[in-house]
Amino acid sequence: MKHILLVLVENQSGVLSKVSGLFTRRGYNIDSLSVGETEDPGVSRMTITARGDDSTIEQIVKQLNKLVDVIRVLEIKKSESVCRELLLIRVKADMGKRPSIMEIVSIFRGSIIDVYDDSLMIELTGDEAKIESFTELMRPYGIMEYNRTGLTALKRGKFCEK
Amino acid sequence: MIVADLIVKCLKKENVELVYGYPGGHILPVYESIRKQDMKHVLVRNEQSAVHNANGYARASKKVGVCLATSGPGATNMITGISTAYMDSVPLVIITGQVPLNQIGDDVFQEADIIGSTEPFTKYNYLVKNKDEVAGIIKKAFKIARTGRPGPVLIDIPKDIQLQKIRSYEYPDDIFIKGYNPVFEGHIGQIKRAANNIKKAKKPVICCGGGVLSSDAKEEVAELVRKTDIPVLVTFMGLCAFDQTNPNYIGMVGMHGENYSNKIIKESDLVIVIGSRVADRSKIDVTARSKKIIQIDIDSAEIGKNLSVDIPIVGDAKNILKDIIERIDKAPEISEWKEYICNLKGRYQEKIEETPLVNPKEAMKFASDNMSDNAILITDVGQNQFWAARNFKFYKDRMIFGSGGLGTMGYSLPASIGAKMGKPDSEVIAVMGDGGIQMLLAELGVVKEQNLDIKIIVFNNARLGMVKELQENSYGRPSVFGTIFTDSPDFEAIAKAFGLRGRTVKNNQEFEEAFKEAMDSKEAFLIEALVDSDFKTL
Repeated sequence: MKHILLVLVENQSGVLSKVSGLFTRRGYNIDSLSVGETEDPGVSRMTITARGDDSTIEQIVKQLNKLVDVIRVLEIKKSESVCRELLLIRVKADMGKRPSIMEIVSIFRGSIIDVYDDSLMIELTGDEAKIESFTELMRPYGIMEYNRTGLTALKRGKFCEK
Repeated sequence: MIVADLIVKCLKKENVELVYGYPGGHILPVYESIRKQDMKHVLVRNEQSAVHNANGYARASKKVGVCLATSGPGATNMITGISTAYMDSVPLVIITGQVPLNQIGDDVFQEADIIGSTEPFTKYNYLVKNKDEVAGIIKKAFKIARTGRPGPVLIDIPKDIQLQKIRSYEYPDDIFIKGYNPVFEGHIGQIKRAANNIKKAKKPVICCGGGVLSSDAKEEVAELVRKTDIPVLVTFMGLCAFDQTNPNYIGMVGMHGENYSNKIIKESDLVIVIGSRVADRSKIDVTARSKKIIQIDIDSAEIGKNLSVDIPIVGDAKNILKDIIERIDKAPEISEWKEYICNLKGRYQEKIEETPLVNPKEAMKFASDNMSDNAILITDVGQNQFWAARNFKFYKDRMIFGSGGLGTMGYSLPASIGAKMGKPDSEVIAVMGDGGIQMLLAELGVVKEQNLDIKIIVFNNARLGMVKELQENSYGRPSVFGTIFTDSPDFEAIAKAFGLRGRTVKNNQEFEEAFKEAMDSKEAFLIEALVDSDFKTL
């Protein structure tokens, strides 16, 4: 089962390898990991999606908490949070195919951000399911380049501690 | 003042009296400061030994052990020692030199990424990148090493930073580390539940691990037993956590424990695990229906990792036990259980095995009977470890150190050096096999140089006995391969070559004579005890 972990860490060099190394050496699988600075420049925030049963995830959370650089670990439920991923994709698009691609992009509320002779670059945000179904629709046109950021998430206001 | 001087000043502020190490180009500025500031330094023969020295020192003195080495091979030689300390939760601060900051990553002479390589088995590690952070890092390193669940912390310092000038420094009394907040007090609700379950239990046992010693909770365990009369089992790491002459003491659990100990823990209805991760070698059989498990550990990640637990209590064992004791107003009714245990234990009468050479079990019993109440036994890994651990009695201030978690051969000799230096008034006996002593043999030179009164017992069966046993059990007797020394050295002669006294003994009577001579000698003494190659571990 997939789990989403929010990990607040000290923003300093070596932290990323300490966190990712922990997953490797204890045999846990990471599906995606995204990192960025928070409003406090001393603190970074990682969003990690990992697979495992409840006891594995409990161990992951405990082991993460043990790392000195980790300030806080929070497991979030999809139903209580907003999860988004950003996709940048370049697909083959000659004149004839452009209208149909543009139609799909508009259905998915994505945007075309670069146009060239034979290709279009599209930007799309959404949860994993949306990104994946869009990807499947683009596949027949020919995907030339593909880049996903990995999941990033925030808890909805209703479920946050005061 | 340069940063190297500051490092030694900070070590002094942490009450570090001696360091173990091996110099090299990129740690030389620190060495020069150690010399100028008159700190004691012990020169080892291999950097791995420096870490084991510090390990023995830390465990004996209950202080943080400190060791240092140069960059590259000096640092990488330490890896086994660091991992050994990590697995057994021993507080160490390890300082390594590193190539100058601007050369890191260029694969220059004697460069190795020691931060990357030790990351999985240090409690924390630091690469110093700025001279102004040095004092703070040292303060943090000692705090992390000694508090919570103890462990090794490594500080890697590039040579150019060691040489940088520094005007002033402040060494704080305490330092705040945002992501580091060990829990010391147990959850009161869980403590109440634990106390209630103890009062109601019909067949309870206590199982002590090494955590009882780290948290200095021996007295609290004894008090809990006085109040409840609950029988006590120990793991290898917890062998000296409870007075073995106490009638409530049962024995050691696990793969190399006594059969009755494992049977008792299996049949119990309540196990109070204190400071043990109950990993594969000390597994608790939980197949009995309606068994309840209380686990007390300062490391929340250990709770439920190897065992599913009914009442987890995170915190310092000493505090938690005090709180539990306070809440026990009546002892559980367990007289039937105690009688059962007494009968069971009584039935397992060990008989003395006949052997043409030295019987190592009897030899260890003799050693135990002829040493003081504060003796420290240091075992190596293999057959010698259990011949010694199972036949040496622990009571009063006696201690045992061994590489319980990692199982590092060669540990015993260097760790005994640290132990003797950490607690000089203790009698120290280091037990090892002929395989183990040859791993870090040259440390005999340190025993001589430091003039340490250590009794070294080498059980020589000219093979790697425990691995051989495993081969026989797994592949059959003809498959013994790669575990035999066809030309064993003369260990008595080796001892003498290092300037130490030594004797070779071929039977138990000779062993007893030699041991008495060794104890009377008040100086280092090596006894090579010849053991039959078929003498079993258990």
